[in-house]
Amino acid sequence: MQNLGIRAMFEGKNFQRLFQGLFVTVEIAFISIIIASILGIIIGLSRTTKLKPILIINRLYLEMFRIIPTLVWLFIFYFGVTTALNVDISGKLISIIVFSLWGAAEMGDIVRGALQSLPRHQIESGKALGLSYFELYMYVLVPQAIRRMLPGTINLATRMIKTTSLVVLIGVIDVVKVGQQIIESSRFKFPTASFWVYAFIFVLYFIICYPLSVLSKRLETKWNA
Amino acid sequence: MVENNSDVLLDMQDIHKEFDNKEVLKGVSISLHKGEVLVILGPSGCGKSTLLRCLNGLEKIQSGDIKFKDKSIVQKNTNWQEIREKIGMVFQNYELFPHMTVIENILLGPLKVQKRDKTEALTQAEELLDRVGLLDRKDSYPRQLSGGQKQRIAIVRALCMNPEVILFDEVTASLDPEVVREVLDVILGLAKNGMTMVIVTHEMGFAQSVADRVVFMDEGRICETSKPDEFFNNPRTERAQHFLNILQY
Repeated sequence: MQNLGIRAMFEGKNFQRLFQGLFVTVEIAFISIIIASILGIIIGLSRTTKLKPILIINRLYLEMFRIIPTLVWLFIFYFGVTTALNVDISGKLISIIVFSLWGAAEMGDIVRGALQSLPRHQIESGKALGLSYFELYMYVLVPQAIRRMLPGTINLATRMIKTTSLVVLIGVIDVVKVGQQIIESSRFKFPTASFWVYAFIFVLYFIICYPLSVLSKRLETKWNA
Repeated sequence: MVENNSDVLLDMQDIHKEFDNKEVLKGVSISLHKGEVLVILGPSGCGKSTLLRCLNGLEKIQSGDIKFKDKSIVQKNTNWQEIREKIGMVFQNYELFPHMTVIENILLGPLKVQKRDKTEALTQAEELLDRVGLLDRKDSYPRQLSGGQKQRIAIVRALCMNPEVILFDEVTASLDPEVVREVLDVILGLAKNGMTMVIVTHEMGFAQSVADRVVFMDEGRICETSKPDEFFNNPRTERAQHFLNILQY
């Protein structure tokens, strides 16, 4: 009977629908990762100052995203903020906003950690050559920090991709939701569909995340050579 | 050496510096003349490295004055980037930039800070590398070099800015004994060519041969300033005598 289950995916437009769902997942994840990286670098740089207010705000921001589950943030924005401000924002856009903010907080911490792990003498050595602060960051600190940021960043990116599966809960039709729909609609015709559909979704997630880890391994070996 | 006031390149007047209420420089005054090699000696913690770091603004002083070519450089509006182009520094741990090749390390200052022409700067860099015997390593990364090689590169990096003074902060302290010589020879060569330098070191033999003047510091003060032969053969202060005795193992 099991070989029947796989046919559920090829019924009607099911296969195509799964890929449409996957596209939504990838879209939310990648737009958020890009926004998070840019904001994260700015936040990370700002966290190397000695100005107390900036440090406190950043700290609060990071801790709020760490302590409060991502799902709760999705609800806060989807149900809370939209009602409070009386605006209508699509679930997809809300997802991108929440994932970007979460990613930026984590990314900021990765950038800060990488910058602060650089030896203090690298700063002095750059200063002694007459570099301005901007030049110091641009040519000396950030390029070195990026190498140290890589493992954490790839880890964050894959975590973000995987966590996008929560967006079904605010009504976004992603790959997991499409899978559920297919399983439901073929419950009587193909009772074992759930195994095949979820196995296929597993493969799809693997296809998105695996290249990232390959890329990070390659860059690490290249930079350590 | 001509004792002429117009020759004074760096003039330190009554410098006081403290860290967390602990005074490490208690009124240091000394002047450095053009073409002079000043060697600062003294026990660990006497403030000699701190003094050096004050000279290019890596440490701020609490009171006193430092003049570079008759212009005070401890003002609020001091443009340190400009001063540091003229006052080079070489550190104990080389501090090359690990993500850049040797030649990129050397050219960073000349190209980005001084905005010089690339071919002209490259020619100078290669000449300098050749002089320290490392031209064939110009495309290597710092991690592929030995400590002595790294330190010679660091000296070339400072030289390529065409500074008027170079500060050497215990540049052989982290090196294996067998490569100390190759670095000291480079510095000796610079001295012969008339480079103005301030050198903090623990190598007594080197100090004696390279110095025009020896400054002996202890507990944040200058105890003695004299000609090298005089200092090593006939130290005037008891502290200097004690210091030299300990070193003569």
